[in-house]
Amino acid sequence: MALSPAITSSDVGLRGAFAGPAPALVAYLTAGHPDRTASLEALRVAARWADVIEVGVPFSDPLADGPVIQRASRQALEGGMTVPGVLELVAEADVSRPLVLFSYLNPLLRYGLPRLMDDAAAAGVAGLLVTDLPAGSDSALEAGIAAGPLTRIPLVAPTTSVERMRAVSKLGGGFVYLISRLGVTGARARLPGDLSATVARVREATALPVAVGFGISTPEQARAAGQLADGVVVGSALVSALDAGGVAGLEELLMQLRDGLEAVL
Amino acid sequence: MASRLAPERAPDGRFGPYGGRYVPETLIPALEQLAEVYAAARTDVSFHAELDGLLTNFVGRPSPLTEARRFGAAAGAEVWLKREDLNHTGAHKINNTVGQVLLARRMGKRRIIAETGAGQHGVATATICARFGLECVVYMGAADVARQALNVFRMELLGARVVSVESGSRTLKDATNEAIRDWVGAVESTHYVIGSVVGPDPYPRMVRDFQAVIGREARAQMLQATGQLPAAVVACIGGGSNAMGIFDAFVDDTAVDLIGVEAAGEGLESGMHSASLGAGSPGVLHGSLSYLLQDDDGQVREAHSISAGLDYPGVGPEHSWLADSGRAHYYSVGDRAALDAFGELSRLEGIIPALETAHALAWVRRPATPWPEGARVLVCLSGRGDKDVALVAERAGATA
Repeated sequence: MALSPAITSSDVGLRGAFAGPAPALVAYLTAGHPDRTASLEALRVAARWADVIEVGVPFSDPLADGPVIQRASRQALEGGMTVPGVLELVAEADVSRPLVLFSYLNPLLRYGLPRLMDDAAAAGVAGLLVTDLPAGSDSALEAGIAAGPLTRIPLVAPTTSVERMRAVSKLGGGFVYLISRLGVTGARARLPGDLSATVARVREATALPVAVGFGISTPEQARAAGQLADGVVVGSALVSALDAGGVAGLEELLMQLRDGLEAVL
Repeated sequence: MASRLAPERAPDGRFGPYGGRYVPETLIPALEQLAEVYAAARTDVSFHAELDGLLTNFVGRPSPLTEARRFGAAAGAEVWLKREDLNHTGAHKINNTVGQVLLARRMGKRRIIAETGAGQHGVATATICARFGLECVVYMGAADVARQALNVFRMELLGARVVSVESGSRTLKDATNEAIRDWVGAVESTHYVIGSVVGPDPYPRMVRDFQAVIGREARAQMLQATGQLPAAVVACIGGGSNAMGIFDAFVDDTAVDLIGVEAAGEGLESGMHSASLGAGSPGVLHGSLSYLLQDDDGQVREAHSISAGLDYPGVGPEHSWLADSGRAHYYSVGDRAALDAFGELSRLEGIIPALETAHALAWVRRPATPWPEGARVLVCLSGRGDKDVALVAERAGATA
């Protein structure tokens, strides 16, 4: 696998987001959903309540996503959102929280990965998470990411061995994104029963903060996951709230999630 | 031995720069396991005995080689057809499903999923699952469910559940997305039988190896029938599994021209086509880097073809490499020419070809440059056209 990346200011900023007394709230939003104006406002609202914001780059074939984010991506693309458009949106939003660009590989490849990292950093992005670029899959691309200005966020799944978790974590920084369960993104009725054991395996592999995502949608689930991990990622539920209640609906859910996490104290 | 496997090309899953394993993290252990189990099976005599037994006694191999004299006279060449249409289930697809389901059994996986375009791969998967008593779920784009209704019913008769996929262009690309989503959620109990030489490693090389029986047989049959190798080997290309299957045995015969025929749909200039190699650029879709129909922002464009089996915006990574390296040449043929060839082979030879296959036949009928005197051409007759008869009748009615 490629060289470990250097410690950068973006890495420190991302880690710092997990330093508070309560578990961190990581909020995912699809850029350009439901339209550019609302998306801009949604990012700013999210920055009031969340510690880290994941900005989803819409893609035509989001094969790791469930119906909610599929629909949001399609809507964003139909509204004309592009990779340069995402970077402009992020720069204009100018939020004070660390931002992670969350994307499938192909739009980034098309834009040019080195250029993308420079332009994203200039727009205020701290981290990069590429859903379909698993650690060790492309040493040239991965070396380029390690040498660039963005912190690569390591992603691990319940199927990842501890040994692989160790290697994956070394290729990135900031925090580890733990996929809580098998399957695609989207709300679920309950947390997986083995989540505690999975988090323990991640902790065995790395000292980085651990954020748990996939299937967490309610304040109660956020609190339960927050008791195990250093942060929780909420995506589909926020996208749905934005769909159903506009930016006010989004803010309502963000506040409730925040309350849920504060209750862990 | 029908399934004897040659030393493997691209064991690392890369064909030049193409291929790779660009998938969500959750799937990595399953792909590693599949690659290991496949590597072990390749050198396991009992695996080959079982595979050969099924290919002989269930699929009906070897498939015959038929000279198409009247079609050849019209095309100005000596045309030989490798008759994959005579396999059980009516296409080459079953060569691969038999191999993969044997591997799934070795991995202890009792639930099988598949994507399908024209329905041939879905039928072939459902068939072998029925034989082994395995649960089978087939994802099929809603547009394809409508245009290939007969195959949907066949799959259901065979005990499979067919899931109609409503997202995106509602064709093969979207069926593949949905199959991958299923697999990510059920990877520990489920094997995903990908139907072409696409997807993450090890699929492109594994599917090629299971389909390579086509070329091995055809090469020996050509030598036996004519004493010589053909001047050209021609096959249609969607993902490209029948083409890789027949090309593989001839790759080292550098005097043999390898020709892949993509679907030009309503014409390359119309934008309504499936010619990934002819009009696409390298990109990542469904786990591998290969030529892809995409826009300037890296969004995947919708493919178009009258043939559901070719209606796919990507292509197998080994074809991308064969194209770049110049070892194989790729052309495209539109809907109308394919329909003409469909009718012509039926009338002249008494063989109704699949609409996919008709693209290869149309190219043989009108090659880029006319065939030299006495040119001998081998065509992969990848499937039979029963499934297409209703669609062709509808088109004929519409234009009459």
